Amino acid sequence: MSGSVDVTRRRWTPHVLTRGERRNLAIGLAFISPWLIGFVCFYLYPALASLYYSFTDFRILQEPSFIGLENYSRMLNDPIFWKSLANTLYLTLLGVPLAIITALGIALLLNTKSIRGIGIFRTIFYLPVVVPSVAAAILWIWLLNPQYGLVNEFLARFGIEGPKWFYDPDWSKNGIILMTVWAAGDVVIIYLGALQGVSKSLYEAAEVDGAGAWAKLRNVTIPMISPAILFNLITGAIGAFQYFTQAYVVSEGTVGRGSGAVGGIQNSLLFYGLNLYNNAFRYFRVGYASALAWVLLLIILITTLVMLRASRNRVYYEGNR
Amino acid sequence: MRTAAVASAVQIRPHRRRRLTPSRLVVYGVLMVLAALFAAPFLWMISTSLKTGPAAIATPPVWIPADPVWSNYPTALAKINFPVALRNTLFYAIPSVVGTVGSCCLVAYGFSRVKWPGRDIVFVILLATMMLNDQVTFIPLYIIYSKLGWVGTYLPLIIPTFLGNPFFIFLLRQFFLGIPTELSDAARIDGANDLRILLRIIVPLSWPAIITVALFTFIDKWTDFFKPLIYLRDPALQPLSLAIQTFQSAHKTDWPLSMAASVAITAPLVVLYFFAQRKFIEGITLTGVKG
Repeated sequence: MSGSVDVTRRRWTPHVLTRGERRNLAIGLAFISPWLIGFVCFYLYPALASLYYSFTDFRILQEPSFIGLENYSRMLNDPIFWKSLANTLYLTLLGVPLAIITALGIALLLNTKSIRGIGIFRTIFYLPVVVPSVAAAILWIWLLNPQYGLVNEFLARFGIEGPKWFYDPDWSKNGIILMTVWAAGDVVIIYLGALQGVSKSLYEAAEVDGAGAWAKLRNVTIPMISPAILFNLITGAIGAFQYFTQAYVVSEGTVGRGSGAVGGIQNSLLFYGLNLYNNAFRYFRVGYASALAWVLLLIILITTLVMLRASRNRVYYEGNR
Repeated sequence: MRTAAVASAVQIRPHRRRRLTPSRLVVYGVLMVLAALFAAPFLWMISTSLKTGPAAIATPPVWIPADPVWSNYPTALAKINFPVALRNTLFYAIPSVVGTVGSCCLVAYGFSRVKWPGRDIVFVILLATMMLNDQVTFIPLYIIYSKLGWVGTYLPLIIPTFLGNPFFIFLLRQFFLGIPTELSDAARIDGANDLRILLRIIVPLSWPAIITVALFTFIDKWTDFFKPLIYLRDPALQPLSLAIQTFQSAHKTDWPLSMAASVAITAPLVVLYFFAQRKFIEGITLTGVKG
């Protein structure tokens, strides 16, 4: 039977299939049918539909009418769109690297030779990840309360007058970043997994060559865990571009009045996902929101490809070369 | 192989570095400071939840309230209509776990234990779908659901889980591929069909992976906010996440009750974490290794 599979691989045409293969095809398709149905009905069709809507004027109540690229050109002249993009880039360029570096630092400390109590430390750093986003956001609204919040109380001990955080457009995003860093425990776990996979013999070889701690970190550890770093960077950036729940809860929980659009004080927390939500579900501009969704997809694809390309010669994959 | 490496490292340890050298003292010191900073928000959440309103905003902050107000919990739970909200959460979380596990097992079997022409190409398509962000599909989906009359019901949250999840399919497929074919061949000779092989041989051998899928699906549904936000606006249908957010945004200064409600939604997951710590770590590490 394995022989016949080889034949079909060489010149694959439907009628070459033997009876056994046709039977297997039917069985295989039957097993994957839940996903196939989901793929076509809840994935392919909606994606194509939103692509079509993005070229139309569509406001739920009336039928969509084709307007070409108008939604896309409108984006260029929409200050709110640019605002949301700038906010999102701030989070991506500042928050993601900060979270990744903090997590790497913690993982390296935890990976120190024969450190005791690693289980307890790991739990403490991981627990914030277990907190549901809604609860985490509410907790941080409280922690960063300008008057009574724990963070500003703490800063006051050192004679620092804390900022107004979520009530100050210049500081609200930093509050979000603080929250992101606090909840980066899953990144710590990923680094720890990668660090434990680094062969001891590499360090021993480096020690023989007289490498100090810094040289070992730079020349052994970082290159060996570079796939994990790249993975965390890419997933972090994708997460930042789609950031929604915490920003929504903070926005509604501080300056929101429970009805209008969300975006924090002076739209300083209007991230891309929130702008998309406002357009789709608060303003009912379905065509425009669809165009925003497709631009987001392009941004995510391009960012991922650029990062993968830029890292090609900097990331080491064991067994690849 | 990795366990062997770990074992040898454990053996080596007692001979060498056990002394508390200055550099290790520094590492402990830094770790403890960081751990204190990371744990503080958590402890503050619990502390505030047991205070009266005035005590919560007292300066300097008091960590352990002298007179804990335990009644904050029943009060907060009553305000968010906890029994109803919890029932609502479980009402879609449990079917979602069943649907995800069931559908993903079937699909993963089709992608790993049955050889059919074109299988690998279709699998690449499945992997590619992980790239597409939800935002691209949620508007048309909302329109479809509203035409079906599903908006304001749990169906938009439950039905899609019965149609597989690409990441969990990938995870289970990897696991299924590692099970020796001899086992299913033997069953086939005994006359078992594929469904029987899946249920009698593959599933019993795959519990570790299946539990991981179930656990992460449950947490995902327990914490989900976006889908309930757009589909379940009716207060009577709100799950916990939405009920707590609604309460907090309506009572912005009632910190003890907001914190008590936050503890209530968090505590079950913390308990779950302590029971299944290894599963959590494995699951997270798996997602990292994949990339």
